[in-house]
Amino acid sequence: MSITLDSKIPSGPVPSKWSRYRQDMKLVNPANKRKFNVIVVGTGLAGASAAATLGELGYQVKAFCFQDSPRRAHSIAAQGGINAAKNYRNDGDSIYRLFYDTIKGGDFRAREANVHRLAEVSVNIIDQCVAQGVPFAREYSGLLDNRSFGGAQVSRTFYARGQTGQQLLIGAYQALERQIAAGTVEMHARTELLDIVLVDGHARGIITRNLVTGKIEAYAAAAVVLATGGYGNVFYLSTNAKGCNVTATWRAHKKGALFANPCYTQIHPTCIPVSGDHQSKLTLMSESLRNDGRVWVPKRLEDCGKPASSIAESDRDYYLERKYPSYGNLAPRDIASRAAKQVCDDGRGVGPGGRGVYLDFADSIRRLGENKIRERYGNLFDMYRQITGENAYQQPMRMYPAIHYTMGGLWVDYELMSNVPGLFVIGEANFSDHGANRLGASALMQGLADGYFVLPQTIGGYFAASKNGEVSVDRPEFRQAIEDVETRINKLLSINGKKTVTEFHRELGKLMWDDVGMARTKDSLQQALKRIPELRNEFWENVNVLGGGLELNQALEQAGRVADFLEFGELLAYDAMQREESCGGHFREEYQTEDGEALRNDGEYAFVSAWEHKGVDQFPVLHKEPLVYEEVKMAQRSYK
Amino acid sequence: MNLTLRVWRQKSSASAGQFVTYDAHDISPDMSFLEMIDVVNDRLIKKGEEQIAFDHDCREGICGMCSLVINGTPHGPLQTTTCQLHMRSFKDGETITIEPWRAGPFPVLRDLVVDRSAFDRIIQSGGYVSVSTGGAPDGNAIPVPKADADRAFDAATCIGCGACVAACKNASAMLFVSAKVSHLSLLPQGRVEEERRALQMVAKMDEEGFGNCTNTGSCEAACPKGISLDNIARMNRIYAKALIKNSVG
Amino acid sequence: MAASVQNLQKRSSAGLLLQLWHSSLGKKYIMAVTGLGLYLFVIIHMVGNLQIFMGAEKLNAYAALLKSNAGVLWGARIGLLAIVGLHITSALQLAGINRKARPVGYAAGKPVASTFAQRTILLSGLIILAFILFHLAHYTLGLVDPSLLALQDGTGRHDVYRMVQQGFSNPLVSIFYIVAMGLLLLHLSHGVSSLFQSLGLRSKKTVGVFDKLAKGSALLLFLGNSAIVIAVLFGLIK
Repeated sequence: MSITLDSKIPSGPVPSKWSRYRQDMKLVNPANKRKFNVIVVGTGLAGASAAATLGELGYQVKAFCFQDSPRRAHSIAAQGGINAAKNYRNDGDSIYRLFYDTIKGGDFRAREANVHRLAEVSVNIIDQCVAQGVPFAREYSGLLDNRSFGGAQVSRTFYARGQTGQQLLIGAYQALERQIAAGTVEMHARTELLDIVLVDGHARGIITRNLVTGKIEAYAAAAVVLATGGYGNVFYLSTNAKGCNVTATWRAHKKGALFANPCYTQIHPTCIPVSGDHQSKLTLMSESLRNDGRVWVPKRLEDCGKPASSIAESDRDYYLERKYPSYGNLAPRDIASRAAKQVCDDGRGVGPGGRGVYLDFADSIRRLGENKIRERYGNLFDMYRQITGENAYQQPMRMYPAIHYTMGGLWVDYELMSNVPGLFVIGEANFSDHGANRLGASALMQGLADGYFVLPQTIGGYFAASKNGEVSVDRPEFRQAIEDVETRINKLLSINGKKTVTEFHRELGKLMWDDVGMARTKDSLQQALKRIPELRNEFWENVNVLGGGLELNQALEQAGRVADFLEFGELLAYDAMQREESCGGHFREEYQTEDGEALRNDGEYAFVSAWEHKGVDQFPVLHKEPLVYEEVKMAQRSYK
Repeated sequence: MNLTLRVWRQKSSASAGQFVTYDAHDISPDMSFLEMIDVVNDRLIKKGEEQIAFDHDCREGICGMCSLVINGTPHGPLQTTTCQLHMRSFKDGETITIEPWRAGPFPVLRDLVVDRSAFDRIIQSGGYVSVSTGGAPDGNAIPVPKADADRAFDAATCIGCGACVAACKNASAMLFVSAKVSHLSLLPQGRVEEERRALQMVAKMDEEGFGNCTNTGSCEAACPKGISLDNIARMNRIYAKALIKNSVG
Repeated sequence: MAASVQNLQKRSSAGLLLQLWHSSLGKKYIMAVTGLGLYLFVIIHMVGNLQIFMGAEKLNAYAALLKSNAGVLWGARIGLLAIVGLHITSALQLAGINRKARPVGYAAGKPVASTFAQRTILLSGLIILAFILFHLAHYTLGLVDPSLLALQDGTGRHDVYRMVQQGFSNPLVSIFYIVAMGLLLLHLSHGVSSLFQSLGLRSKKTVGVFDKLAKGSALLLFLGNSAIVIAVLFGLIK
């Protein structure tokens, strides 16, 4: 089929597009809503809020998650907060300002209309969450507290101590459980999507594996919603949960959905470094630490193995302060991250494996006293001690950047529908709102905006316009998909090779991190594009997956996910190769300013790259959605 | 360090299980407990033995998925989740016994994996505010005293891991249920339906087959998030009020 | 879910007690309230009995007063019996549920942060029940030694003073009494504080007070009751 990218952006001025869209959209008669079955895969902020809201509206929803409960999704780990243009502080915030900041933060690679809508509904999210009983931080007046986050000039971030994601997810989870009790949502936990089924070109169902019994099952619906999160675990080590995977979106991609901007990956500069080969994930430490910590490494290679305290002040290289005198230790995330990589590449990294830099609080403790530092960061210092066994009041912390969030995802139009009719994609799984980089406290906002306020509206428009009748899972399309899934599982179980799934995943991760990580070059990408298929072939010949298919088999689950990462990693590298500029979470060393800043190329690359799958080992086809800015003017950022 | 593991292995909920002893040598004290099992599992696979199944996901102490009873204590010797426990908390040469959560309502699915869906069903019975999307008043329309919001937050930090049930000698779910009842009752948005909620959630808790609270405080001591016994007392009050109103009012 | 609530609402016509009886929390209230009643009873019982140290006249007069009104006496006895019955039935039912809630126990390690008194409260309660039966057979029904009930003092009243003195002259019986009082100490040192928790009256701020009250009063009960036995054993009461 030939693909035309129609973003379906409503006409009219940007600020009135969403209200115009809602005025014009077709509605589904309330009595008819229960005739529409909707499948929602993933129960994080986006999925849980969407499933709950669709259930409230009267649709028949089937929700799926691979965890043992919808409450476990990794949205729960978000610490910082959620943005909303409430302007409760009277500090000049507005919907327009949040919109503009998000576009600018995304390095002018996001779609204006979507972002404006996001800023508009941000205010409703807070109201909704408060009504659900989310215990946001409050002032003594009893009113909601706000803080400034991620360098924003206004205080628009709502928070619940350092556990905002947890509290918002529990709010959405409770709304979901309420609908399960009401019978509008049927929940399938410990169930993993393994394929998407298209009937007459429309997404009409999914194939799943019951992770307890191993049974392969088919579910049909009028539409399928993917809310399956990001693909950070293609790097093996990331701040994502162990179970986070690309399988759902990758399966959809292989069935025809375009994958957009996979090269936009966000790196977080302050994570606890790897302690050895056994490392299974990375833990993020709040960036606020950089307010009082000084970043340094030894000037001389031979000092790197010595204890920090034995290195004289004159032998320390405070490289952020040296390179970026005005921003110093508070240099933006990507700059701080790359600078850390550079000094470690020079061999001057500290700690096990030499992949770490010091974040030293000694000066602040001298200046403010240990108690003040404890008051500000006590819980973080405790967490650091628990993980590393080191006391950061007495010796500097060690930090290293890690993959944190992925801005790319399945391409969707203004209605959050992919190019496959009836396949909707929301939250981190889609590409739509963050452009090339995401602002702090915006991920939670986008997940809930999509789930509570956008998708439940737009999906109605799809139903009202479509002529889809009911489909049965007995159709050949479903039977074929089941057969494909079973064949693949049997193949995985029958290889009986010599290497474990984890070994392959770790190898892929290292390759991705080294060559397609935070600083990419044409050479490194070419190398990755050569190595990934080799590793993939080796996987299919030499992986060892024990046990059977019809039982709880965690090795098999993991094998399926890693197999998909082994295909997806290649696409990520293709996208990074194709985008010959640096912007946001994509940095090509060839394209930087003299100061090491990302050098955008708006003339040639102001477009969304949307990739079409042509088969494994085939070159994917690039489709371009041009980004047209009506409301804002593109500008180069400067942190000098 | 070198350790000996005694691990509960059970093929499925229908089959019987037993302890199997494994040798865990060359373990780094910097490994988390789960990374130690990862290492043991990779070695098992190399030997052609199936890996030990265990639940885990975020590995940063917040999702509530990990769940091991380590030497008789849920989540092990520190008051944290298993994923945040590191091997430096153990002695070289030690034998570590690893068991699943033990409770009738938490049947073992395989090895160390248990089914905790009873918790979800308890939440379904009333652990929410009955508000649908849209139509919520402005977030600042109802002021909430900071102290109430803070206490509600403390109760709401429950991660639903089930360590309270695993630790309780009666496998009681009172800490879990009372944390939810308290979280919502402490806020004006949730107080509206607190009586109905308490009656329904307790009825569901009983129906699921959890034991009774005998006020020993094991749950609080095992809770990785430090959920307080005060929540149980609060639920006892709310429930008494609800029962009386329900029968006389 | 909806069904269980409807059941609750239907039961409301059958009264609060039935509702209490059918929920785990309700049963805990019954345990707490009956426990409180029994706790108050043992305090009054001990205070009355300590009059033995004030001489035979005082004690016998007190005993006669208690028995002077058959209606009050039997009312109290039936009331106590009902309270004991409710307390024990609830305890056994809860214990049955609790056992079912953990069909497979742990192989390893120590119980988490609970005290010996907490873990053994059912056992101590059952032994105390056996003791109560013996105590009733001993002094109320005279089954152990029928002559004890026949003792009379100079004024023709039942000579309770002498009955106690003779009753504790057997060291085996006395040791059993002291052991039972020890178990009561154990039982109350958790039970009294626990009942306030069950009634929702305890909090982080007050838990210390209730714990002290429980342990202190349990100790006083132990010392007071044992003092009578020991006094007889050592010939201080003749």
